[in-house]
Amino acid sequence: MSRVVFPARVLPYLLLSPQIAITAVFFYWPASQALWQSVLREDPFGLKTTFVGLANFRSVLADPNYLQSARVTVVFSVATALLAMAAALWLASAAERVVRGRGLYRTLLIWPYAVAPAVAGMLWLFMFNPAMGTFAYMLRRAGYNWDPLLDPGQAMTMVVVAAAWKQISYNFLFFVAAMQSIPRSLIEAAAIDGAGSTKRFWTIVLPLIAPTTFFLLVVNTVYAFFDTFGIIHAVTGGGPARATETLVYKVYNDGFVHLSLGSSAAQSVILMAIVILLTAIQFRFVERRVHYG
Amino acid sequence: MASITLSDVRKVYPGGVEAVRGVSLDIADGEMVVLVGPSGCGKSTLLRMIAGLETISAGTVAIGGRVVNELEPAARDIAMVFQNYALYPHMSVRQNLAYGLKNRGTPAAEIARRIDAAAAILEIAPFLDRRPGQLSGGQRQRVAMGRAIVREPAAFLFDEPLSNLDAKLRVQMRVEIRRLQRSLATTSVYVTHDQLEAMTLADRLVVLNGGRIEQVGTPIELYEKPATSFVAAFIGSPAMNLLPAVRNGEAVTLPGGGKVAAALGPEVATLGIRPEDLVPGRRDDAAFTAELTVAAVELVGAESYVHGTTPEGGELVFRVAGRSAIAPGEGMMVSASAEALHRFGTEGRRLG
Amino acid sequence: MQENRPLAGLVAHLVLVLGVLIVAFPIWYTFVASTHSLQTILSPPLPLVPGDRFLDNYGEALVGGIGQIGGVGIGRLLFNTAVMATAIAVGKIVISILSAYAIVFFRFPGRMVFFWLIFITLMLPVEVRILPTYKVMVDLGLIDTYTGLTLPLMASATATFLFRQFFLTIPPELVEAARIDGAGPMKFLRDILLPLSKTNIAALFVILFIYGWTQYLWPLLITSDSRMSTIVIALRKMVSFTDADTPWHLVMVVAILAILPPVMVVVLMQRWFVKGLVETEK
Ligand SMILES: Nc1ncnc2c1ncn2[C@@H]1O[C@H](COP(=O)(O)OP(=O)(O)OP(=O)(O)O)[C@@H](O)[C@H]1O
Ligand SMILES: [Mg+2]
Repeated sequence: MSRVVFPARVLPYLLLSPQIAITAVFFYWPASQALWQSVLREDPFGLKTTFVGLANFRSVLADPNYLQSARVTVVFSVATALLAMAAALWLASAAERVVRGRGLYRTLLIWPYAVAPAVAGMLWLFMFNPAMGTFAYMLRRAGYNWDPLLDPGQAMTMVVVAAAWKQISYNFLFFVAAMQSIPRSLIEAAAIDGAGSTKRFWTIVLPLIAPTTFFLLVVNTVYAFFDTFGIIHAVTGGGPARATETLVYKVYNDGFVHLSLGSSAAQSVILMAIVILLTAIQFRFVERRVHYG
Repeated sequence: MASITLSDVRKVYPGGVEAVRGVSLDIADGEMVVLVGPSGCGKSTLLRMIAGLETISAGTVAIGGRVVNELEPAARDIAMVFQNYALYPHMSVRQNLAYGLKNRGTPAAEIARRIDAAAAILEIAPFLDRRPGQLSGGQRQRVAMGRAIVREPAAFLFDEPLSNLDAKLRVQMRVEIRRLQRSLATTSVYVTHDQLEAMTLADRLVVLNGGRIEQVGTPIELYEKPATSFVAAFIGSPAMNLLPAVRNGEAVTLPGGGKVAAALGPEVATLGIRPEDLVPGRRDDAAFTAELTVAAVELVGAESYVHGTTPEGGELVFRVAGRSAIAPGEGMMVSASAEALHRFGTEGRRLG
Repeated sequence: MQENRPLAGLVAHLVLVLGVLIVAFPIWYTFVASTHSLQTILSPPLPLVPGDRFLDNYGEALVGGIGQIGGVGIGRLLFNTAVMATAIAVGKIVISILSAYAIVFFRFPGRMVFFWLIFITLMLPVEVRILPTYKVMVDLGLIDTYTGLTLPLMASATATFLFRQFFLTIPPELVEAARIDGAGPMKFLRDILLPLSKTNIAALFVILFIYGWTQYLWPLLITSDSRMSTIVIALRKMVSFTDADTPWHLVMVVAILAILPPVMVVVLMQRWFVKGLVETEK
């Protein structure tokens, strides 16, 4: 049925105006600028701009550095999402099993949510940096050649761990909530049917929390794409040898450090397309939950 | 206190649904009018137009002689009781009762006086400081009534206020609403789809069908002289037996079974007989007789309803007092006297 | 369900304790480092228990004024960050409630257009349109201002979406009852909708406060004057892993101070935070 509403002519526009104004000025205006600039090329002195059509996109997509960056982003995102979700799922299923102290564990596990990604990165680097990090010291004592500031693989591991660490709390809370919403009777029926707790987890719990898992997958991917800029910027600066240069970091770097406007704008547009795609997936999912959930 | 006058009121929803197709009705001061009808017939729409919650597409609504078409609900001097009560969940019962009065600028002392009076009448004084969430369904229902009473409005509007209650409580609250409405003598419009509720509450009943009024009258009038076969079928439980009639030269036959002795008149299309007017056995003065095979017997307490089928495949229900000795499978005769026959024409209109 | 398997319970506890250790350890390590002298920090391994320099380090960082971060006191940085977090949280909540209210409780021409104008921005973060946004900020003269730090981040579709979802669960009869009781739209908002949204507002406040506090790219772009910097940015600027002069013991104090306020908010408002996050974000 349709909603009951207040009769009013002007009021709704007044109510909407703050959000619309801010969105227009700080979202639509710059986004349209990005679109516009992505089809222009500026000479190095910024004196002359020419319309170049899709040339910026072509050169961006042909740039080996850009493709490298796309690969880095995929590896980084997948690794971060998997690590953060697997760890959280493991903890959540353990939390489901304990009877006492659940609240205390939760309190102790949700801290990292409040830590800024950049700070998270710095803390991990502090523990693992070759100069005075205790863990770097221990690794070297164990005969392992550890230097994340020089070794690309180690640098990637470092940022993935820091990014995943920060996201565990969030995933944990969602997994716990999802598991708690599974009807007890279902678990009990499975137990009566002779399924042990491990079997129950794989055959009952996991399929039933699939919607949450999917939701978290999207959220974690978006997080790894965008919110981890601080980690990369604070810890590796994209290095060594571009090994941790994600797409978002590259947009920033090309725009603010190398000042190549057209390329940066084209990259922005590509990123927007990716987010809109992810958002569409998410939105469909959200709407479905709302209607049938 | 006020009368309510509807003149050719219509409602067309934005989607094009014609929910109310020209309703005219005069409700006297202090009268309780019940709107009944099947689901979707436009009862709620009509009530909500009186309340000012829906715009009126055409026609006028007047309360106390004043046309209120363009007035906000709050300015119409009405109070409404909703099916789901619509109590403000974050306010105590007292605050719920006071809210509408406060918004009208009623002095605090007067508000307190009215709340105390209403609480005494409805016996909700012990819960005044609880939240609605801490009350049972019946108690919430009383609070919803209280919110309407304290306003001392020109009219009460009820939209199926009892349908969220269990059967026993429903009967109890029904009696109470009736008593309350009589003692306050406030004009009331009450919507229900429960015909029993309608019969027991109404000074006058309005049967709606497809957005139009089928019949207006006292419950007894509607029961004894239904103006249409629709009303005949709607009012009364179990429903009136309606048998299609076919004219065959001078005689009228019933293809579903049964025989008529009396002259039914040439226009008759449907013959109606209430279950309590059919009696077992053959009588010589009977105007209607039918042969039945008993299909089922329902015992509902003080009486039983016997469902039977005629050899031609028609179905008839009749009532017997107390526990009946009739068993399923049994063959029997039933008959009815001439006064018990309701005759309806091809349009469903009552003949005579 | 009653399970008689003490071993399984024990394993679960072990897993959780291990999880807590991993999750909490970096913060503990930082805290420990913030209580040791620079010499201790520079010669690993770091002890696992706090040292005796707590008062010295925190005193030096807080009152001594730290030249290394551009002569700006930590108080100022914390103030900037708190302003940013609070303003974003409050601003977003107010703006979102108003627009969600308009969209759910009114019908007006262009309603769906506005709906989509807002929801297209859902989750499209600053990060993807950095350069043009920066130019707009420069053109508007908002660099190094609190307005610049906070206003652009206030319009997010997420909060509006959450409030819309919540408002849709309010029974329509409540609106009707209020109208009959003589409450106009603003009165309904104030007397009924806002009190009913209390929990959601509290939950969202926690989430948005943390969102504001942990911002990185935005303050990095919008502030060049270190007096307008946030503590996270300042911390980043203090750190250099190649520079031998980095005062690690003070850096660790700053890190703890950067972490502590949002952690306190989360832990103290845990009930609302969890409810808000899990029940509304879906
Ligand atoms: N907001 C609306 N928009 C469009 N059509 C509507 C709206 N509200 C009701 N209708 C339609 O108007 C007709 C009458 O509805 P109304 O709610 O008045 O019925 P009712 O008699 O109260 O039924 P019920 O006993 O089921 O409550 C129905 O066909 C319904 O589908
Ligand atoms: Mg209705």
